[in-house]
Amino acid sequence: MTAETDTPTASSAAPAARAGRRLPAAMVAWFQAAPLALVLGAFLVLPIIMIVIVSFWGATEYSIYPAFQFDNYEFLFSSPVTYKVFFNTFKYALITWAATLLIGFTVAYFLAFHVRSLTWQIALFLLCTIPFWTSNIIRMISWIPFLGRNGIANSTLISWGVIDEPLEWLLFSDFSVILAFVHLYTLFMVVPIFNTMMRIDRSLIEASYDAGATGWQTLWHVIVPLTKPGIMIGTIFVITLVMGDFITVRFMSGSQSANVGRLISNDIGLLQYPSAAATAVVLLVTVLLVIGILLRFVDIRKEL
Amino acid sequence: MKSDLKLVNVTKRYGETVAVKSINHHFRSGSYACLLGPSGCGKSTTLRMIAGHESVSDGSIVLDGRDVSYLPPAKRGTAMMFQSYALFPHLSVADNVSFSLKMKGVDATKRRTRAMEMLELVDMAKLGDRLPAQLSGGQQQRVALARALITEPQVLLLDEPLSALDPFLRIRMRAELKKLQRETGITFIHVTHGQDEALALADEIVVMNNAVIEQAGPAREIFDAPRTAFVAKFIGAHNVIALPEGKVALRSDAIQLTDAQAAQLSGRITAIEYQGTHVALTAMVAGEQEVTVLLTDKEFFGAPKETGEAIGLAWDARSAHTLSA
Repeated sequence: MTAETDTPTASSAAPAARAGRRLPAAMVAWFQAAPLALVLGAFLVLPIIMIVIVSFWGATEYSIYPAFQFDNYEFLFSSPVTYKVFFNTFKYALITWAATLLIGFTVAYFLAFHVRSLTWQIALFLLCTIPFWTSNIIRMISWIPFLGRNGIANSTLISWGVIDEPLEWLLFSDFSVILAFVHLYTLFMVVPIFNTMMRIDRSLIEASYDAGATGWQTLWHVIVPLTKPGIMIGTIFVITLVMGDFITVRFMSGSQSANVGRLISNDIGLLQYPSAAATAVVLLVTVLLVIGILLRFVDIRKEL
Repeated sequence: MKSDLKLVNVTKRYGETVAVKSINHHFRSGSYACLLGPSGCGKSTTLRMIAGHESVSDGSIVLDGRDVSYLPPAKRGTAMMFQSYALFPHLSVADNVSFSLKMKGVDATKRRTRAMEMLELVDMAKLGDRLPAQLSGGQQQRVALARALITEPQVLLLDEPLSALDPFLRIRMRAELKKLQRETGITFIHVTHGQDEALALADEIVVMNNAVIEQAGPAREIFDAPRTAFVAKFIGAHNVIALPEGKVALRSDAIQLTDAQAAQLSGRITAIEYQGTHVALTAMVAGEQEVTVLLTDKEFFGAPKETGEAIGLAWDARSAHTLSA
């Protein structure tokens, strides 16, 4: 009996006591955001600020010294190599984008609309990810025995009588660089497109057929517009990955082609940190501009 | 315009399961028909087969004298309104409505004019530039109707069109559906699991259960003379009672309370429920059967009863319908 009469007083007193210790709502929100903000601040924002600062420093053959000068940028923008290398980077990005989009969309479409059972969808989807169980570099290098002068591709084509001499452009060429890029990054296109496609209401497709649309018309007027956010997310992945890459270009071109990543890596190899930092800043700004332009076209917020 | 729709031995099998078992029916041109039944009874599958979104395993669908069983949806002369309306979220209301014209390659100004005519018909012309997400449920439904009607179908197929709306709006929209059907003269086939919806709308009700048609006929016939226990129970307001002479269906409002001598059945009241205009008495009669008696409030309060009281039940022999199953 006493316990029962006590309970109401205790429960009415408890909120008051808790309220006394409660932080203002705004503070709570700040504290909740703090851990991630700290991590991002320490490992993303701070390094970028460092790079920006160093990009204004000076360097000699054997030393670097703090300064605030535009020499690095001046040199960068006056060198024809820079433009050539940036052009090359954009070329790789554009061709890889087109190829991954075509393959990625087709694979995602097949998975989302042709495979009917969820079990098979998951199984085939996992199959796509198997190559990712090995490292990027191994997947890249494994192309070399395949594409080489006496590699599987050339010897097979010769034995079939399709060609008489080994094809030189198969390896250590733009072709092999782009092939490796497409191989490495197509999944980054498949996943977001598949994800968006799975959210398309199937009755929309029936409604389209009901209105007399053909398969291609349905694809173009219904599925593609509704898949745009996924395409855009995949595009951002692929473009940023390809534009920031240096190792694929080095291995697959046999050090015969260059992109911006390699320019930076070479500078670092020569301990020219200020120059590398300046190139990195220009690359960063370029990539951000590209993404900014892409986001003008499609609203991806509802996909996130 | 004559556009009778006939189903001839239409069957749908999914592997071993039979979703629709050899049904035959004749939908008369210009009528409002409701396919009524519980979920999983095959009514939606039947509708989707008529629409062409589901293949026919056996039998044929004949519209206006022509076998349309294997034609693509748009070539059949039918149009479908989907349960969730299936409006294209990336297109404006007007573009949604004129989608089929665009697919046919009609030029933009003509499309716009036609779309506006259709939107005028459903009273939505003002909202032509909105996106579907900016519309209420009722407005979306009107757009879906306009989109289906722009193809000038002979038969409009509606898959549970009112189920996504709140009860108040549902009653308003069903009045609009009925009005639209009268004005256009198109045959409407409407799938629903709500008997009140079917009774309110349909010229003809087709009751389906377990992949077959249990009973088909005018709404009043179905309600007044159900042929099977299933129909009697599903349509509601009926008692199915096992009597010595067999099972009968008896409307709850056709039973009177009498004293024990004159009674055809006697029992004891187990529940009394006040429903405003009516009072529903539930009584337990011989053989552990529950019988519901619906009395008007005047009848009941003229001679009030208590739970547990013994009562006699009597009815006019003409109102008891012997059931075949």
